[in-house]
Amino acid sequence: MTTPAMNPEIKARFDKEVNSHPIVLFMKGNALFPQCGFSARALQILQQHGEVHTVDVLADPAVRQGIKDYSNWPTIPQVFIHGKFVGGSDILMELEDRGELAELVAGKSPA
Amino acid sequence: MLDPNAIRERILGTLPGSEVVVNDTTGTGDHFEARVVSPDFAGKSMVQQHQLVYAPLQDWLKSGELHALALKTYSPEQWKKLGSR
Repeated sequence: MTTPAMNPEIKARFDKEVNSHPIVLFMKGNALFPQCGFSARALQILQQHGEVHTVDVLADPAVRQGIKDYSNWPTIPQVFIHGKFVGGSDILMELEDRGELAELVAGKSPA
Repeated sequence: MLDPNAIRERILGTLPGSEVVVNDTTGTGDHFEARVVSPDFAGKSMVQQHQLVYAPLQDWLKSGELHALALKTYSPEQWKKLGSR
């Protein structure tokens, strides 16, 4: 899913980051001050399922563009659970509605 | 400022035969929501379905002209199951 042209060093950095915690959220702003409604909503949903490690993409332009290339996904926020790309805020809400988010966090494979 | 129809046309261009509804959610021409029902979505994950819709919109997303697109995607089968919700 990743772009083959991606710099291996940056890719390694993202590999490490997304696996650093069970729930990782790339967002605009941070947990205290989300800078975008979609990021805030994603954070709010995820926090019901456990501790969320957030990465502020506004703090580093290389991360802001890099994460989009890494996951082949053009928008922020982006959610990773157990190192696996889950999607953006729409998919997160859909998974929550279906009750599948808890299963993902618990480490069960998605349906 | 983008027009919902322009977004719809692009999605239809890469997903012919799909049903596409696009609304401007804020009236500011940069926040939209879209529902796409396409036979191309059959057997694909939500991530893959959304990637197919984002693909023809990449330049607008990159430039920030299109700031947000709330997406709901369904295969015709999935859509039928939902009924007329």
